[in-house]
Amino acid sequence: MKQALWGQVIKVKSILKREYEIPANDFALAGEASSNVRKILTQLGVNPVIIKRTSIAMYEAELNAVIHGNGGKALVEIFEDKIQILIYDEGPGIEDIELAMVEGYSTAPDSIREMGFGAGMGLSNIKKNADEFLLESEINKGTKVYITIALF
Amino acid sequence: MTVKEFALHNGYKILSCVDRAEELEITGVYICDLLSMAMAKIDDGELWITVHTNLNIIAIASLTNASCIVIPEGIEVEENTINKAQEKEVVIVQASDRSYDICINFYRQKSGVTYD
Repeated sequence: MKQALWGQVIKVKSILKREYEIPANDFALAGEASSNVRKILTQLGVNPVIIKRTSIAMYEAELNAVIHGNGGKALVEIFEDKIQILIYDEGPGIEDIELAMVEGYSTAPDSIREMGFGAGMGLSNIKKNADEFLLESEINKGTKVYITIALF
Repeated sequence: MTVKEFALHNGYKILSCVDRAEELEITGVYICDLLSMAMAKIDDGELWITVHTNLNIIAIASLTNASCIVIPEGIEVEENTINKAQEKEVVIVQASDRSYDICINFYRQKSGVTYD
């Protein structure tokens, strides 16, 4: 159902479209895509509460791609009434999505935890901040995270 | 109270964006070292205390509109983190005190409570 919605909306012309590379395990660049989107939304005069929700959701998805997905890409489209974000990677995929969604569950290695990540809150943070959230994953193929945030 | 007023009053060192520190008002305090939790919970204008000094704290502070990051207990901050903070206009404050005392100092300064 949500996929059908996503399919429908991309037919509507967006105001702005951006594509970002998300490098694997590069913490110097991690968050750059989210940071850039935040800047664009600020320039467009979007409500600060919406900007913050978008930033949180996108940052978490971006960091998941950095940490778990061997890097990936972010596609961001801004429409008159919503922001749509697709973050995808060609990483190992998520074995059990239901379990991955449980707050506190994480597969992050110690090196990542030492940096302060791996609290197992990423996916639930995305869910809480997005108006629509869809997670698709296939083992050894990769993971796709669709985020939609209404502007009004 | 601005970040600069807070830092000066308590003898803390501002490591990045001194000019921004003069403008930014502190609205409250949030303490957490789990980045996702900080990301979810920091309210606009809050001072964020964390012992992490890696690059990722800059994105968290910037995306959550924290007024500044306060690194407690005199922990040294890497140069690349300070450079990133300059680039993203994030104020980092290095405090010699422990997190609890930083909070107490903020509360006292904010409420005008004098002591000893």
